[in-house]
Amino acid sequence: MATYEKVETRPAPLGTKGIIYWAKENLFSSILSSILTIISFYLMYVTIPPLLDWMIFDATWSGTKEEITKEGARWIFIFEKFNQFIYGFYPEELYWRPNLALFIFVVYVIIFKKINNVKMKAFILISFPIITFTLVSGGLGLEHVETEKWGGLLLTIIVASVGIIASFPIGILFALGRQSNMPIIKTLSVIYIEFIRGVPLITLLFMSSVILPLFFPEGMDFDKLLRALIGITLFQAAYIAEVVRGGLQAIPRGQYEAADALGLTYWKAMGLIILPQALKISIPNIVGSFISLFKDTTLILIIGLFDILAMVTLTNSDTDWLGFETEGYVFVTMIYWLICFSMSKYAKSIEDKFNTDHK
Amino acid sequence: MKKHKRAKQPQVAFYNNPENRAIIYQLIALVLIFLVTYFVINNMFINIEKRGINTGFDFLGSEAGFGILQSLIEYDESDTHGKVFIVGLLNTILVSVIGIIFATIIGLLVGIGRLSKNFMVSKLSMIYVETFRNIPILLQILFWYNVVLASLPSPKQSITFFDSIFFNNRGLYIPRPILESGFTAVIIAFIIALISVIYLSKWASKKHDETGKEFPTFWVSLGILISAPLFVFLVSGSPATLEIAELKGFNFRGGWTLIPELLALAFALSIYTATYIAEAVRAGIEAVPKGQKEAASALGLKDHIILKKVILPQALRVIIPPVINQYLNLVKNSSLATAIGYPELVTIFSGTSLNQVGQAIEIILMTMAVYLTLSILISILMNYINSRMQIKER
Repeated sequence: MATYEKVETRPAPLGTKGIIYWAKENLFSSILSSILTIISFYLMYVTIPPLLDWMIFDATWSGTKEEITKEGARWIFIFEKFNQFIYGFYPEELYWRPNLALFIFVVYVIIFKKINNVKMKAFILISFPIITFTLVSGGLGLEHVETEKWGGLLLTIIVASVGIIASFPIGILFALGRQSNMPIIKTLSVIYIEFIRGVPLITLLFMSSVILPLFFPEGMDFDKLLRALIGITLFQAAYIAEVVRGGLQAIPRGQYEAADALGLTYWKAMGLIILPQALKISIPNIVGSFISLFKDTTLILIIGLFDILAMVTLTNSDTDWLGFETEGYVFVTMIYWLICFSMSKYAKSIEDKFNTDHK
Repeated sequence: MKKHKRAKQPQVAFYNNPENRAIIYQLIALVLIFLVTYFVINNMFINIEKRGINTGFDFLGSEAGFGILQSLIEYDESDTHGKVFIVGLLNTILVSVIGIIFATIIGLLVGIGRLSKNFMVSKLSMIYVETFRNIPILLQILFWYNVVLASLPSPKQSITFFDSIFFNNRGLYIPRPILESGFTAVIIAFIIALISVIYLSKWASKKHDETGKEFPTFWVSLGILISAPLFVFLVSGSPATLEIAELKGFNFRGGWTLIPELLALAFALSIYTATYIAEAVRAGIEAVPKGQKEAASALGLKDHIILKKVILPQALRVIIPPVINQYLNLVKNSSLATAIGYPELVTIFSGTSLNQVGQAIEIILMTMAVYLTLSILISILMNYINSRMQIKER
């Protein structure tokens, strides 16, 4: 007969709550982990306090250039040149026009979600670019402002939004073309998409700024900004096409067949059945592509347009304000980072909303 | 009462037949493309003639007449534009290779770091990715070049490592190995070691298949690869010396010089691309279902075997395609060198040469052709890898 011995009960585990337990689990769970934790803390100790000192505690926030005594950042440079960073050489007395355009944009975004009338939505989508263009450029009794004077963040936003808006329909057409059954249309779309995606944006910008004028009869002069916009739109369209194609491929075959069985024409089937679903699932990737485009707009400074990044060099060529590159770059970095980061968080939130997987 | 007629085969008009329609649409598209091309090319020739621009590729043989900051091959001002093209191409390849190596290393570490159980490591990795991914690459290049590297000390106050590496605002100076005639033996030893390692790994995997016993292939191979050339090197009397840069006058002479333009560009490209590689690595590892790891531990496999034989083979299939895509992006982004004047293809060929010759069409098309060839090569490589990595389903 088997004999059983009583085993002593094991001691109760130390608490599974509290900061010490947490630190043991998450910071010092093994020797390697402890070493990494110490290195991480050391890295933070080396970088963060000097950075904070430079940016905030030792920084010069007010006063004039001659009064600078502290070692840290001299933000007065940014305050002094703030208008140039935002508006470029746009005439100061006309700043209200881009501001108004921005205000209209915000209002439109707010009411766009609320209204359900398709015609109203179409009206907003079409009227917005016209209103903005009239406000910024002039016309209808408003004084004309040449595109050479557009600059700074204003130009960055204009280039990015024109690129986004104009490339979208073109990109969808190429995506449909690439999925088409017609061999010639398909080949043309594939060639276009792969060509554009295979070359750097900067060569396309060179092409649109140097070669494009040669393609048209003399006297048909393109504005420098317009040429850059054409290059950027052609570039972005190819990327949008690939993103939308991904969405189109994810739509089950049955949806296409059902649309055909209902007797819908190609455009009705696409517009009412396929594209709404395809675009919906590709929203995160579309936003991702927009973020890339927003970052890529900096390249226009290479062909001589003055976006916000170009303003750093330009404001530093003012003989009264030499040697303030660092402040300029840090300021522009913060603006780009804020915009890109919030866009990517937005994309992530949409992705999570659509993601119904169990993790 | 109405009679139900039997449905006849519908009479479709010629232009309503989908097949005919497809042909008509495509013909229209072709004609339109043809007309546009004709219009554009016709105008182009008229404009070129009016402006007195040369055509053809003769300019490749004419003298360039400008110096280049850094060249991997012999180059001087009397060389041709054709040679400028080669110099630029080599410099593009140089910065791309450096960038790809460092981006991969950083990306792998950070990608794995984000999945670490260590709170600090995963948070710092996340901060790294979120910071550098959201700043335009051009801004980063300009920042490193105009702010960080420009604030380094002058050559006389260089930052020095081991008395042989010097770092100042003129660049990074590292010792250059000078190979003597006996060095061929070392190279031959290395090649022999490489061949024997290949055979060794074949033998080891065969043995593993037959007996199930593991052979420490990696460490043995590493040992052979290092010790054999080193042994020959020492026996043949160290047929190589290091040339260390020396301060002469205001600057360093000798050794290898990495110019600040190259440093800033390679640094920015590595840091930026690494964020994307890190995300790809993380997504790849997360894509392996949890059950795989649990099943492997249930079988009693050890942790490092699970990683090597269960997780990585499945994760790599997801990781490799986006990473190769990022390599391609890095090569394309290297063209931003033109903003700081690093002498690669776009800077010296589409920039300086174009300004001198004026033949924009030929030069820009040649530049585009280079990048297109690279992307086509990389996509062929990617398709090959994809087909190799596919799960072989039975």
